[in-house]
Amino acid sequence: MFPVSFYQIAPVIALCASLLAVPLIAVSGRHPNLREFWTFAAAALKFAMVLSLTGWILAGNVITVDLINVLPDISIQLRVDSFGMVFALVSSFLWIAAALYTVGYMRGLAEHAQTRFFVCFALSLCATIGVAFSGNLLTMYLFYEMLSLSTYPLVAHHQDREGRGGARKYLTFLLGGSVGMVLPAMIILFSLSGNLDFADNIYGGIIPQGTGNLLVTILFVAFLFGFAKNGIMPMHAWLPGAMVAPTPVSALLHAVAVVKVGVFCTARVMLYIFGIDVMDELNLGVAAAYIVSFTIVTASIIALTKDNLKARLAYSTISQLSYIILGVALLTPSAVQGGLIHIVNHAFAKITLFFCAGAIYVASRKKNISEMSGLGRVMPFTFGAFALASLSMIGAPPVGGFITKWYLLVGALDAGQTAIILVLLASTMLNVAYFGPVTYKAFFGKPNDSISENPKIKEAPLIMLVPIVAAAIISVLLGIFPHIMMQFVRMVTT
Amino acid sequence: MMDQTPVFIIAIPLFASLLLTLIGPLGPRVAYGLLIGALSLSLGASLATMVRVVQTGQAIHYYMGDWLPPMGIELVIDHLSAAVLVMIGVCALLSGIYSMHTAGQDNHDRLNNYYALFSLLVTGLLGMASAGDVFNLYVLLEISALASYGLLARGGGKAYFATFKYLVMGTIGACFYLLGVGYIYIMTGSLNMADLADILSRESLQESVSIRIGFTLIILGIWTKMALFPLHAWLPNAYSRAGTATACLIAPLMTKVSVYIMLRMMFTVFSADYIFNQIAWSSLVIYMASAAVVLGMITAFAQRDMRKMLTYIIVAEIGYMTGGAWLANTAGYTGAVYHILADGLMTLSLFMAVGAIIYRTGDTSANAMQGIFRRMPITAAVFLIGAASIVGIPPTCGFFSKWYLLQGAVQAGAWIFVAALLIAGLMAAIIFFRLLEAAFFGNLDDEGLSVGHSAPHSGTGAVQMREAPLTMLVPLAVAGAALLGLGIYTNEVVTYLIRWSVPAGF
Repeated sequence: MFPVSFYQIAPVIALCASLLAVPLIAVSGRHPNLREFWTFAAAALKFAMVLSLTGWILAGNVITVDLINVLPDISIQLRVDSFGMVFALVSSFLWIAAALYTVGYMRGLAEHAQTRFFVCFALSLCATIGVAFSGNLLTMYLFYEMLSLSTYPLVAHHQDREGRGGARKYLTFLLGGSVGMVLPAMIILFSLSGNLDFADNIYGGIIPQGTGNLLVTILFVAFLFGFAKNGIMPMHAWLPGAMVAPTPVSALLHAVAVVKVGVFCTARVMLYIFGIDVMDELNLGVAAAYIVSFTIVTASIIALTKDNLKARLAYSTISQLSYIILGVALLTPSAVQGGLIHIVNHAFAKITLFFCAGAIYVASRKKNISEMSGLGRVMPFTFGAFALASLSMIGAPPVGGFITKWYLLVGALDAGQTAIILVLLASTMLNVAYFGPVTYKAFFGKPNDSISENPKIKEAPLIMLVPIVAAAIISVLLGIFPHIMMQFVRMVTT
Repeated sequence: MMDQTPVFIIAIPLFASLLLTLIGPLGPRVAYGLLIGALSLSLGASLATMVRVVQTGQAIHYYMGDWLPPMGIELVIDHLSAAVLVMIGVCALLSGIYSMHTAGQDNHDRLNNYYALFSLLVTGLLGMASAGDVFNLYVLLEISALASYGLLARGGGKAYFATFKYLVMGTIGACFYLLGVGYIYIMTGSLNMADLADILSRESLQESVSIRIGFTLIILGIWTKMALFPLHAWLPNAYSRAGTATACLIAPLMTKVSVYIMLRMMFTVFSADYIFNQIAWSSLVIYMASAAVVLGMITAFAQRDMRKMLTYIIVAEIGYMTGGAWLANTAGYTGAVYHILADGLMTLSLFMAVGAIIYRTGDTSANAMQGIFRRMPITAAVFLIGAASIVGIPPTCGFFSKWYLLQGAVQAGAWIFVAALLIAGLMAAIIFFRLLEAAFFGNLDDEGLSVGHSAPHSGTGAVQMREAPLTMLVPLAVAGAALLGLGIYTNEVVTYLIRWSVPAGF
């Protein structure tokens, strides 16, 4: 335990650690080792700060810090509660893993503009923690936009026609959603309720009594689709396009930070702005559940058709993200817990999968699944990790994903939604269908000539392999000891 | 001494402009020094006056030569004019400092005369923001307009024709205004604003047709001056062909001060009640404003010349402020006033950034933006902040004006204006990201330069960094920082200045 005043400062330090690292990274561009040192130092400091808050939050406290009083009735406010803690812990921890991996990847491929890359990387992590610790909708919106802008150069990293096209699409969807839908919805909400602070619990919400049902529904839809980072169809199209980015970007940002920010914002607004009572009364939860169910199934089917490994992972992400929103939309405590714990489980599993895809590319320059036949024999660790993470996606015990499926199914049963149970089962089958063959062919398939005759292909460098194996092992641990993260999630629903 | 600050605000640049015409033989450095000195002192006086207004919470009435109104000339500085005065002072000083290189280039033979006009224009603008009667306002309007014709015509090429068009339109606008004032004077026998407000509030005059005609003429005159769509045709050519220093001074200020005059006329001389219940043009004006916003942005999108693009964005921004003022609620009014300040700074920083880029590249088309982030990082960063502000991304001030305007539009149920604001924001995003993409990554066609994975270019690559000279760079950086500063201190600006000026009856 620390003195109480510490808990007022720690969230701010956690937020600013990566922001302070930005100028340091920028000026040490000519000394790569020093530059990477700043990244690691900031990542370690950030994680330490977030970690130091866990005890206090678990004891049932909520920290609020007013940063700037920017409008007469609204301030830029940080708030640390168990809901935000889940996300902050995951993203700050995975930054360390991703930083290690990124250094290996960028140096392994001798990528250009590495300084810009690490600067934007640090900025986007600041925005991620900002979203996790936002105390009101305006603060969240601010960091949400900051994340969109700071990840733009990362997506466009290769600067060729494809990279720029993907990045343009990325910004079009994200800014279009946030400026076109979230901003007006937020202002209408402010006009209605007079403040934008998140409610204290997930039931009441802040929408005043007597607001027209139609207006509430319009607001709900605007938030659901406006946070386009959550990848709900049809606002998902930016995600496959953004996969042109270097793999570490795809891994951290498009499996963890960016998409999870989208989902986190959606869940935050659903639970703490609308509240379960309002969503239940107007049947908004059920409607959202069916909308995301469509995304879950359709994205999985599209994933089946993709031969490019990263594209398949991208569609898998779209599908899995909707699990989280599905859980929240079902409105029963177990389903909400299942949805929220999936933020953690999916993060570790998906980052492993993307790391593997990057390692395969660095080691063998192969992008397509059909070319990876027999590759598992020369890269056993990478594909072993891939197999474990796939199991998590499928939801098989004892990997983390099983916990998600369990709670989601229990929650769906509680809610009496038989159709949703069928969706979950169908999705599991589809997951098996598109992840199974990758691992199977890699280990048991006949190596094609380009692999068997090329002795140079071996495991990726250690600096990449360590994060891969670590993330996979944690994924398993999350399945064996679910309590570690579940204790935060349980606090949300009580 | 402190009692006299209101008159110093105007007197200092006025006498400086007189002096400037005389000191030609002393050389350009003295003229530049005198201009900067005068503008700094005037800004100091504005700041001192603003502090007094905020501290006492009351408007300052200054009687010239102690002649009492309604006979004498009165300066009235309330919370609204204090804010606008400081904005004018800051923009004028920054563009004054900025003008050292470009103004010297354009006017190498008669720099002192150029600066005399510069100073006279600032005098007129400051005077309009502090005038307490409608006739002096007209005089100062003409002073600033005449000075601006002179300054704009100093630009190269077709600037003469563009300025002539502006001169015709500007004179028509001023005549309309004067004619309207004539009607009002005949009916009331007064020219002092407070006195007029008192007389006009009488029951008998509320229904008067002559007053209505007077108001109509005045507002049409002001709309011409402020380039509200569809009266905007003079603006783009006049502003985009001007010299860089002139554009940086005039583009942010002239139209914004005209918006201020509109607010003054609507809410100080006439009243909110009269405007929204007797005149009752609100819905029509909001349609006009929405059209200005959307069409301004679309036309801006079609421009290849960067300065012309910015001038069309001004046309759109005028729509923001007009719409906000006519929404008839507190949030809309707050947004309109806040946007006067925000847009002044936004336009200033964008014009200065583009001016610096043109100064270094010699190219006014969008091609000049290519690779600017590597060659002129500070200029590019300010351009980025200005662009983010126009788009409305927090925490730049543009976000907060949009916040209030949207809030006002939602409360008034003016959904057409909500839609126009959102469309404009998205259009602006496309306009600027098209430029910023080129600025960031360079030209797509010479891919050899930009792709090459093995060529590390961490800032010191093949392209040489060459920023604009320091006298351009410093005001540029200050303006960029001010955009963020104003955004972060929105609460203070709204609480201490704008809230006090919200008209009665909202």
